[in-house]
Amino acid sequence: MGNRSIVSIADYSREKIQQLLDMAAEFEKAPNRRILQGKVVATLFFEPSTRTRLSFETAANRLGARVIGFTDPKVTSSSKGETLKDTIKMVSNYADVIVMRHKLEGAALYASEVTNVPIINAGDGSNLHPSQTMLDLYSIYKTQGTLENLNIYMVGDLKYGRTVHSLLMSMRKYNPTFHFIAPKELEMPEEYKMYCKLNKINYVEQTDFTEDTIADADILYMTRVQRERFTDLMEYERVKDAYILKADMLGKCRKNMKILHPLPRVNEIEYDVDESEHAYYFEQARNGLYARQALICDVLGITPEQIKTDLTIIEA
Amino acid sequence: MEDKKGRMVAALENGTVIDHIPTQKLFTVVQLLQLDKCKDSVTIGNNYSSKKLGHKGLIKVADRFFSDDEISRLAVVCPNIRLCIIRDYEVVEKKEVCLPDQLTNVVRCANPVCITNNEPMKTVFYVVDKERGIMKCRYCGKEQCIDNIKLV
Ligand SMILES: [Zn+2]
Repeated sequence: MGNRSIVSIADYSREKIQQLLDMAAEFEKAPNRRILQGKVVATLFFEPSTRTRLSFETAANRLGARVIGFTDPKVTSSSKGETLKDTIKMVSNYADVIVMRHKLEGAALYASEVTNVPIINAGDGSNLHPSQTMLDLYSIYKTQGTLENLNIYMVGDLKYGRTVHSLLMSMRKYNPTFHFIAPKELEMPEEYKMYCKLNKINYVEQTDFTEDTIADADILYMTRVQRERFTDLMEYERVKDAYILKADMLGKCRKNMKILHPLPRVNEIEYDVDESEHAYYFEQARNGLYARQALICDVLGITPEQIKTDLTIIEA
Repeated sequence: MEDKKGRMVAALENGTVIDHIPTQKLFTVVQLLQLDKCKDSVTIGNNYSSKKLGHKGLIKVADRFFSDDEISRLAVVCPNIRLCIIRDYEVVEKKEVCLPDQLTNVVRCANPVCITNNEPMKTVFYVVDKERGIMKCRYCGKEQCIDNIKLV
């Protein structure tokens, strides 16, 4: 239904990404505004995700919108409840934007087809999570000053970690070099390696995670290695400590190197790393607020120029 | 003798003959074109000898001419099928079936956590590789091969 929904940003042009980054930067300078006064943002979490929901609701609230919505932990694919279409149709009568998270793949795209109200995909199944990707891009851009020609090291669970898959695809146009550091059982899936080959993206695969192997990284993107992902628990026991980042591994790394992590962490980054100037994961989470403010405004048709000349800023 | 043999495939005044159907796909074709609910006269034959296939199935439907959409659905089941359009006892057109670029509500997605398997909605597949019969779900993005698809 030809609206401004954001289902995936994997195919966004450089110009579009830059626009969103610029908007996020404006919101970082002045996050409190009334630019969305009179608007209603619905957050429909068919699958619970407290962090993502809080971040979106804060983004909407800080721009003066009102928020309605639900988190329904009982909704399952097999429950005989209302169809997704009917729920979306109903909420479309009330809201100007629908932020939704769903456990089924393709749910956000389908929702965007049954309504004229713009949909923001806050994650559907293992499929897509554009707001996480946008905050990752913003974090990289902010810390490196560019998205071009960076060495991005992805560590841990590269098989199931959807954030690394989304990030990989959205970096396509910026000539990155990826290093995939993972245990054999959680290595980057073949389809994403094919994607790299097709798009002429350089990548290196390795299983060693040491001070030396990460020395050339600009971005070290850490993920959780979860026990339940392993079919072979012997293998888990063998590798579980091999992908933990420790402060003493940072001795040889580049000055500009930043450590990202989608959070929550379990034990994959030791607490002594938090003190390091390279640790960036908490700021990264805060960037999520600005990135989501940018996404909400974008689907409502608000331009970067309008945000730059916005007179509704609330001074602290 | 010659007459009797010929009669099975020839006696159609107007309609469509679907030829060169692999024998194991015959009833899938019947189901796909909903010929079991068809009011016109339908002749379904199987295990005819064929130079090309060894054995083949064949369907004749009187007074029915299939749309391009229906023909493209057929392509999913058996890519090498042939249609003969009959008017006034003459074959006026032969159509080779080929896979279209997009299939709407023909194929079921093999991914159990795909939205299409959990909502009353139409599936959409993009044919990404006609040669190898690879198609991609519009919604979940998973690819599947024509050799092991399920119809809607
Ligand atoms: Zn699917």
